Amino acid sequence: MKTRPLAWEEFMEGVWRQNPVFVMALGMCPVLAVSVSAINALSMGLATTFVLVSSCALISLLRKWIPKEVRIATYIVIIATFVTVVDYLIQAISLTLYEALGAFIQLIVVNCIILGRAEAHASKNPPLAAIINALGMGVGFTLGLFALGSVREILGAGAWFGISLFGDGFQPWVVMLLPPGGFFVLGGWLLLFSFFARRRAGA
Amino acid sequence: MTIEIRPAPHLHAPRDVPLIMRHVVWSLLPVCAFFVYQYGLSALASLLVVTASCVATERLFARTGTQASDIGDFSAVITGLLLALSLPPAFPLWMGAVAGFVAIAFGKAMTGGLGRNVFNPALVGRAFAQAAFPQAIATYSPSFLPGRFAEFVPSTLTWPLMQPPELAAWLKVNRFDALASATPLALWKFEGVITDAEALLTSLSGHMAVGPSPLLILICGAYLAARRFLDWRIPTAILGAAGLTAWLLYALSPERFPNPFFMLFSGGLILGAVYMATDMVTSPVTPRGMWLYGALIGLLTVVIRYYGGLPEGVMYAILIGNAASPLIEKITQPVPFGKGPFARLGKTRMGASYPLHPTYISREDAGAEAPKKRIFIHKPKQEDRRSAEKPHE
Amino acid sequence: MNEQTVHFMPRMDATPPARMVRVLALVAAICGSLVVAAHQGTLSAVQENKRIALERAVRKVLPEAREIIAYWLLPSGALAKANGAPPPGALVFHAGYDASGRLVGIAAEGAAKGYADTVRVLYAYDPHAQAVRGFAVIASRETPGIGDKVTKDKDFLANFPLSAQLSDDGTALAHEIRAVKHGTKTHPWEVDAIAGATITSRAVARAINEAAQALLPRLSPHLATLAQKT
Repeated sequence: MKTRPLAWEEFMEGVWRQNPVFVMALGMCPVLAVSVSAINALSMGLATTFVLVSSCALISLLRKWIPKEVRIATYIVIIATFVTVVDYLIQAISLTLYEALGAFIQLIVVNCIILGRAEAHASKNPPLAAIINALGMGVGFTLGLFALGSVREILGAGAWFGISLFGDGFQPWVVMLLPPGGFFVLGGWLLLFSFFARRRAGA
Repeated sequence: MTIEIRPAPHLHAPRDVPLIMRHVVWSLLPVCAFFVYQYGLSALASLLVVTASCVATERLFARTGTQASDIGDFSAVITGLLLALSLPPAFPLWMGAVAGFVAIAFGKAMTGGLGRNVFNPALVGRAFAQAAFPQAIATYSPSFLPGRFAEFVPSTLTWPLMQPPELAAWLKVNRFDALASATPLALWKFEGVITDAEALLTSLSGHMAVGPSPLLILICGAYLAARRFLDWRIPTAILGAAGLTAWLLYALSPERFPNPFFMLFSGGLILGAVYMATDMVTSPVTPRGMWLYGALIGLLTVVIRYYGGLPEGVMYAILIGNAASPLIEKITQPVPFGKGPFARLGKTRMGASYPLHPTYISREDAGAEAPKKRIFIHKPKQEDRRSAEKPHE
Repeated sequence: MNEQTVHFMPRMDATPPARMVRVLALVAAICGSLVVAAHQGTLSAVQENKRIALERAVRKVLPEAREIIAYWLLPSGALAKANGAPPPGALVFHAGYDASGRLVGIAAEGAAKGYADTVRVLYAYDPHAQAVRGFAVIASRETPGIGDKVTKDKDFLANFPLSAQLSDDGTALAHEIRAVKHGTKTHPWEVDAIAGATITSRAVARAINEAAQALLPRLSPHLATLAQKT
């Protein structure tokens, strides 16, 4: 039996080497749509992480009982449950945030990272390992969203977490708040990531 | 003694990419000079900063190894000059620098450098500036202001990341506020005023907010076309299609639409038609394709100007034309001699693509497998042939 | 083509249906209870949030109101104080009263399709002047910098107060509230659109018009009852 990788490495797998946004380019829809400000991006990332971790934990607990013929349907039911929970929680915390995130909270159900983790990892591993792995992925996703959201908010509104950085005379870059701005910033980050990845591979 | 055996072509023209690029830059210099004469120091600073930003970005990406570039320098200069000419003369310098960076980084370096770009880099930069700073890009200062060589228009020297000061207020302080500071196209679109022809052509008659002189661009373009550094078909097709569409609409209802002359010589249509749409990398190479491409751009320009939200449509028309040019090339491949529609009646399919080299050139070529252009790479060859033969059974 | 005709063979390790049903029922039970628990746990906070958000919007359009009371206008034409979820067909509006208990205005919601999505607005109606005093955008996804000008543009805000007089027979507005091209406003019931943001301007005008056409004619008989706080 092969030795189990250390928990830290399991965690960092999702944060860095297999970062869902910058390396695997998964779940791009919320990444592009809600990353107009740092706070939106962060809350979306945390909501996804919550769903990811709790559904992976439950799936991992039930993995021996779930019949393989209906496993996808079961996973989706479990994921949808936690998405509904998160939906209520965000409504209870802040309605403004709920309005800003819009339909993308409900759309976490179809985020391929979550079903992918459930199928590839949680259904084969004990709960602790599944939770650590899911947490890593969730943190990686949150970081990716946060990186986009920060750039877009700083350039698009001259602020970070709503705190004005440049004073009143700031010229907002309107494009950053529009969908094309999301693509531009994502392209820029991907460029930077692959540049560093290539340099490390070359060195 | 060694005998070198080489396939055709044996004749080698003494023109290469740097030579062509140099000529384009030279032909742009009179246009730039007149632009500076019209708008003074601000225009000069804008030209220099935007070009410098383009060249610096090109160097940066050449150093990081994203693209090979010894010959690219002049192409970056062209991108910079064209971008600066298409922006308002008093565009804030930092925004110009951002546009220059985006033009080279996203328009060119990202797809692999010179010769591999899908879109005209200058227009990518301008499209970004249009989307990012819609107010600044719609603010033109009037030409031939007194004292334009002594001081900058204040918006030029805006601090980076800051909003430019209001142009109208500055004009008022200097008592220029009677002068027009809307472009002829904006005047037409939002106020319904049509500027007369002579003013459009040279802008010499008064303080107009027009871009570089269309007449001068046409002359410089004619020089390039005569020296065969650009293909005359593309500008002719664009201007012809735009003029024809505008004339048709004008004939239908003269009170709703401006005259075709106004359509042709206002805004950036001439600059776009002569210098931007003719970019060799992003336009089709087949002669029929050039006509089609130009006609598409000309038609789209007029349609966007009439029915779009913005007064100017040249930029998006050319970008759409760029995107369509591989398709246009595919459907306008020249038919080899002996394979035309009359050679084997009923056997050739319309719109089929044939290899560029006909099989009769040489025995070697006849045996060689000509690469076929296909949109669907995974389409199995056998299936294709079977389905093509079926109707004859 | 032969290799494609695979016969269906029952696999030896297939789960028996009874077990499948049992497991699915278990999963459904767990999920169901989780959803119910979350709903119950957050219900009061969500409702409180919604109330605060609405009150804030109403205060924005009726700044001098000290107290705001929500009412229903029932399909029968009767008036009732809001209590819980509105019955079907009822129109919801909010009456704002100043410190002396005098009615300062009515706030109600309207919605119309904008450039990107539905624009939801809350407009304030002044029954004394028979005019729409102003509006606030509750939800919109309009382009930042262009469509969201409707809440900031001085010329656009100068459209208000907007005449909303009832017609003589009292069944509709005397003049439809509508947006006109920038610079062509000639009547007090027309909305001068923002040049470059015409679609959003039009959506705001249409949202106010549709909501006012539905609410104001039916509200007018009750205005006397509403005039003093009860």
